[in-house]
Amino acid sequence: MATTTVTRPNTRGRGTERRRKPPALVEIYRSAVGKKYVMAITGIMLMGFVFAHMVGNLKMFLGPAQFDHYGHFLRELLVPILPRTVTLWLMRLGLIGAFALHIHAAYALTRMNHAARKVGYKSKRDYIAANYASRTMRWSGIIVGLFIVWHLFDLSWTGTGYHFYRGAAYHNVAASLHRPPVAALYIVANLALGLHLFHGAWSLFQSLGWSNPKFNRLRRNFAAGFATIIVVGNVSFPIAVLAGVVSN
Amino acid sequence: MKTIDVTLQVWRQDGPADPGHFDTIQVPGVNTDMSFLEMLDLVNERLISDGSEAIVFDHDCREGICGTCSLMINGQAHGPLRGTATCQLHMRTYNDGDTIVIEPWRATAFPVIKDLMVDRSPFDRIVESGGFITAETGGAPDANLIPIPKPVADAAMDAAACISCGACVAACPNSAANLFTAAKVSHLNLLPQGQAERYRRVEAMVDTMEQFFGSCTNHGECQEACPKEISIDFIAIMNKDYLKAKFKNSRLLSRT
Repeated sequence: MATTTVTRPNTRGRGTERRRKPPALVEIYRSAVGKKYVMAITGIMLMGFVFAHMVGNLKMFLGPAQFDHYGHFLRELLVPILPRTVTLWLMRLGLIGAFALHIHAAYALTRMNHAARKVGYKSKRDYIAANYASRTMRWSGIIVGLFIVWHLFDLSWTGTGYHFYRGAAYHNVAASLHRPPVAALYIVANLALGLHLFHGAWSLFQSLGWSNPKFNRLRRNFAAGFATIIVVGNVSFPIAVLAGVVSN
Repeated sequence: MKTIDVTLQVWRQDGPADPGHFDTIQVPGVNTDMSFLEMLDLVNERLISDGSEAIVFDHDCREGICGTCSLMINGQAHGPLRGTATCQLHMRTYNDGDTIVIEPWRATAFPVIKDLMVDRSPFDRIVESGGFITAETGGAPDANLIPIPKPVADAAMDAAACISCGACVAACPNSAANLFTAAKVSHLNLLPQGQAERYRRVEAMVDTMEQFFGSCTNHGECQEACPKEISIDFIAIMNKDYLKAKFKNSRLLSRT
């Protein structure tokens, strides 16, 4: 009786076994879905910051003493446990890391998306669901990013052409925003931030897979509400300075 | 019988390497009961009798279930009606004197073969990588042997309605195929039969998808374009499973 034997090649130890995978977190960041996770999580961190920043700044309506006291408080957070400004710097490092990852993921995904349609539509697209905010995320993000650099120079580092006193937060805000073009810049940048948040604060739910028929209707409302609160709060500062409510 | 006259601006392209251009074609006397594809058949008959080359376009079942027809019509995938494929669009949607612009799907992964026909084989690569349940070839089990809650069966069926037409990719500003992949992942991952390969499936299919297509930025254009009205909720389900898969699968690998 004829028998057929199949010889199986010995694949062990000949470099044909599966290459060892990198750690799961690295693997995740390499994928586009993983980068969207990173964008959503860093986005939540940045949203937390922008909210706390806006609420903290509302103190300027209570007068210079209260506002500057708040600034000193931030530097002395957890002071008996950690040295002065250490807590603040830890939070700053977290923010810088979140910004870096948010921007890198956005850049990498944009490159990927442009490569995915090298030849575009020749006729006019008729968008149904995509709104102005969602289609301008890259631009609103760049505007906000550039504005933050200006904002740091303006009120934290050097001042921009007014009498800047380091640590005198109330004085600096009132002196800088007293100039109408600067106030206008703050308002425009915050409107761009509002657009960015209007899409981002909704989009993060999808990216993280937080979808449930019970609350899906509320996701859009949350994003609209969050963006509105941030914009109204932040725009109130330059307007208050221009109106003389906050002044030196 | 009502007839209308329309003007078509049709994308003509000899082959993948040809840059392509729009041809303007006058189409008088279109019966409004014709489907959009029948209107194109009429145009082609006239072109052929004139000795010109017919417009190449994809079509097959013409009843909205095969996913072969495509066409970007006036900037919308499958035309202006919600939840319909191009074959289910009728000329009664248009008015006398309208100009209709027709383009192929545009994505690097969908190269134009000729005129309006594109190569959608990357979808097959995605399905091959995990869009199946490894069959046990024993005797057929009794029907209803595995109880499945009705809402789960319904959700799986909603995802399974995907006909792989590619409208989601065409409509997406990023040429992402997340809605297609999410539908193909979810219609198996929601059901008990799909659980054994659930995490291997989602990792393999998403990784294959990302070799060809862009990334999802949650515009929601895909679910508006989808002729089967598949919801982007499935993309959220896929995202969640993908993250779990990365951890679960690397843990499984450590056991071999």
